[in-house]
Amino acid sequence: MREILVLFLLFSGVFFFTVGTIGLLRLPDVFCRLHANTKSDTLGVGLVLSSLLLYEGLSSAGVKLIFMIIFILITNPTAGHIVARASYDTIVDWTGQLARQKGGDD
Amino acid sequence: MTETAFLIAAILLMINVIFCVYRAAIGPTPGDRVVAINMITGKTIAVMALVSFMYHEELFLDVAITYTLIGYTATICVAKYLELKRL
Repeated sequence: MREILVLFLLFSGVFFFTVGTIGLLRLPDVFCRLHANTKSDTLGVGLVLSSLLLYEGLSSAGVKLIFMIIFILITNPTAGHIVARASYDTIVDWTGQLARQKGGDD
Repeated sequence: MTETAFLIAAILLMINVIFCVYRAAIGPTPGDRVVAINMITGKTIAVMALVSFMYHEELFLDVAITYTLIGYTATICVAKYLELKRL
C-alpha cells in the first residue's frame, strides 16, 4: 500500500515537471514562462521529495529531505518574483510593447 | 521494483532537462535563460535525491542541499545584475 502511494507521488511529480517543461518551450514570453516555472516546478520538487520521504521514513535522510522541501517552497517563488521584477522594465512582451507601459502605473 | 521506478523517473527528468537546455540556449532575453536554468536546478535536485536512494548513498543528499543553496544564490545574483546593471 505504501509502495503504491510512493509510486503515485513520484510519477505525479514527474508529470508536473513535464508540464512545466512544455510550458517553458511553448509559451510566448518571459512572464508566461515564469508562470509555467514557479508553480509546476515547485510542486514537482515537492511531490518527488515527498515520495522519497514516504519511502524512507523518519531517519537522518528523511530530515534532510524535509529541510529541502521547506527550503524549495520558500525560495522558488521568491526567485520567480525577482526575475519577473528584473524583466519588467526592459522586456518587450509577446504583444510587442513594453511590459511596463502596459502594466499600469507604479 | 521501487528502485526501478526511481531509475525511470530520473531518466524522464533528464529528458526534460535536455529541453530546458534548448530553451536556455535559444532564449531571446536573459530572463528566459535565468528561468530555464532555475528549472534545470529544480530537476537536478530531484534527480540527485533519486540517485541517492537508488545507490543507498546518503552523501548525495548533502550535495543536493548544497546545490539548492547555490542555485538560489545564482538566480538572485543574475536577476540583480539584470535589474541594477551591477552586482
